[in-house]
Amino acid sequence: MFSFDLLLDAVVSGVLLGCFYAAVSLGLSLSFGLLDVPNVAHPAFLVMASYGVFFLNESYGVDPLLAGLLITPLLFVFGLVAYRLYYQTFEKRGSDAGVRGIAFFFGIAFIIEVLLILQFGVDQRSVTASYIGKAWRIGDMRIPFRLLVAFAVAAALTILLTLYLSRTFMGRAIRAVAQDQEALRLMGADPIRIKQWAFGISTAVLGIAGALLIIVAPVNPTLDRSYIGRTFCVVVMAGLGSMSGTLVAAIILGVAEAIVLTMFGASWAPAISFAMLLGVLAVRPQGLFGRRS
Amino acid sequence: MKRRTFLGGTIAVTTLGLTSSAGAQQPPIKIGMSMALTGGLAGGGKASLLGTEIWRDDINARGGLLGRKVELVVYDDKSSASETPAIYSKLLDVDKVDLLFGPYATVPTAPIMPLVKQRGMVLIGNFAFQVNSKVGHDMWFNVAPWGPPDSWAASFLELGQKAGGKTIALLAADQEFAQNMALTARDVAKRMNMPIVFDQSYPPNTVEFSGIMRALNAAKPDVVYVASYPPDSAGILRAVNEIGVSGNVKIFGGGMVGLQFGAVMENLGSLLNGVVNYNSWLPEPTMYFDGTKAFFETYAKRAVEAKVDPLGYYLAPFGFASGQLIEQAVKAAGSLDQKAIAKYLRENVHNTIVGPIAFSADGERKETATLQAQFRGIVDKNMEQFRSSGKQVILFPAKWKSGELITPFEAARN
Repeated sequence: MFSFDLLLDAVVSGVLLGCFYAAVSLGLSLSFGLLDVPNVAHPAFLVMASYGVFFLNESYGVDPLLAGLLITPLLFVFGLVAYRLYYQTFEKRGSDAGVRGIAFFFGIAFIIEVLLILQFGVDQRSVTASYIGKAWRIGDMRIPFRLLVAFAVAAALTILLTLYLSRTFMGRAIRAVAQDQEALRLMGADPIRIKQWAFGISTAVLGIAGALLIIVAPVNPTLDRSYIGRTFCVVVMAGLGSMSGTLVAAIILGVAEAIVLTMFGASWAPAISFAMLLGVLAVRPQGLFGRRS
Repeated sequence: MKRRTFLGGTIAVTTLGLTSSAGAQQPPIKIGMSMALTGGLAGGGKASLLGTEIWRDDINARGGLLGRKVELVVYDDKSSASETPAIYSKLLDVDKVDLLFGPYATVPTAPIMPLVKQRGMVLIGNFAFQVNSKVGHDMWFNVAPWGPPDSWAASFLELGQKAGGKTIALLAADQEFAQNMALTARDVAKRMNMPIVFDQSYPPNTVEFSGIMRALNAAKPDVVYVASYPPDSAGILRAVNEIGVSGNVKIFGGGMVGLQFGAVMENLGSLLNGVVNYNSWLPEPTMYFDGTKAFFETYAKRAVEAKVDPLGYYLAPFGFASGQLIEQAVKAAGSLDQKAIAKYLRENVHNTIVGPIAFSADGERKETATLQAQFRGIVDKNMEQFRSSGKQVILFPAKWKSGELITPFEAARN
């Protein structure tokens, strides 16, 4: 039952879905991709941000995207504190920090889940905004506005982060710390402070990403579990630390998922991300856009 | 020395115990149960328990059962199947309860069935689905309105066929309950000569349903039967609103879990319009039996204090009805003899606040009382609207029908 229209539909919605995946993965691309911090709590931070957006929308009627921007500074400070705690208790202590670091972030993720359940209950929550629930009609095709919002925000976020990392002093310092921490120390800079700053940015971008998450679909406290695999898949496939690579990898993933879902059946859709990841790693171990080290 | 002190203490405690029990009135009748008070099923579990507690307070105010007070012994099963076997063993061996009520839902109930059968205890089931089909416990009585396993899909597909539907689309979550629903729907469709033109399962963590809706529309079905869980139900209805469904679709819904709970309905608001979905009780004029109105008046007050579903239509009245079943059976048996209670429950029709209940040999309802109702005129963010009649019009079963199906689906959505 092949239909060209259906394929075109799938490609368009895949690009939009991919942009959404990019938006929720960009922070992880910074923390895991550039800083080597095994931040498996990234999706839990994301869901926490969504609840922040929900709170502002529900209590004060603030637009979800604006609410996302409003909580960004709080998330930045949260990231600074979280990294300092991680550094003092784990990273500082030596070579097996990676494995223990994963345990640390898993622990944080569970604590966040429980706190969200205690505060907001187990029910799913959603937000209201004029662009949710409506679609843009082009010919026979209808594109949900909420996915168009995700597309625009993901593109803007990628451009901003790329510019920040390449044009500003702090951005270049972050890339330097990713390349050679010791060399940076010899130049008289404190790599830990720079990493802390970068980790803060990686959680700060979750303000707007969390807004997108709750705009695209309702959230519940354990939603983070669905995103651990997807976000890590995007970041690793992109090649660790490449912002534009993250966007492209996420779009490839989104399109592949959408085509499989529309043409072959929804059951196969989640398998596609990991199949593609394995394929990419077999051919290009450094990821699609990563440099060979 | 130590041993003597210990012995002395034991004698003293025993004597004290004997004296106090001799001086007290008859001990209460203990009804044991576990309930999902935390975890994924907690929203429904708490409302269900409140219903049973209202019955307990009611019967105690009326002088109790067999002249004895009724006491509920309740443990939290955390919505988990791994907790319930130990809880029910404890209820039987440590708490020595006289009667048993089942936990809420299928998964926590299934593992206690062999134990309860082995101990020869009557078990009043609480919304479990087909847990007794393989165990064959002859003292299992499910208060849920399900009835024969295929009646759920049959009632929905028949409504679709009557509306002129010829082809079916099946969309089901890749989880046990939804898959069971899809399985029976396939059998029923075959029996009714309705070809299935779209049959898809989606994984539980699906984020976006617009692609699935496009593929579904491309198959041009007349009847769309959806078996989904709460997070997906919201995603599916949102996609329906954005992508639209083809004009062919006569009826949409059937087995969407979540659309029975106040918070979810309030969240979805106008997206619900036109959807035909299953339910257990609704505030339509045909659904009021002896005691129903009084129950909901009490429930509405106590739900606020207990912070549970303010509407409580889906489970709470059945929690109360479980109590009514056991009350009638114990009174008729004149004792707590499990066999006599089971015999009475099996052979009689019981009047409850959710209507008359009669059981077939497998302990499920003789006839299905599962409602299929259509959402109408729902507005956004308004919980109170669901208390008035006409918002969920009952289309099935015929005896409780409160209106006609509006079809096609697109017309019903506006």
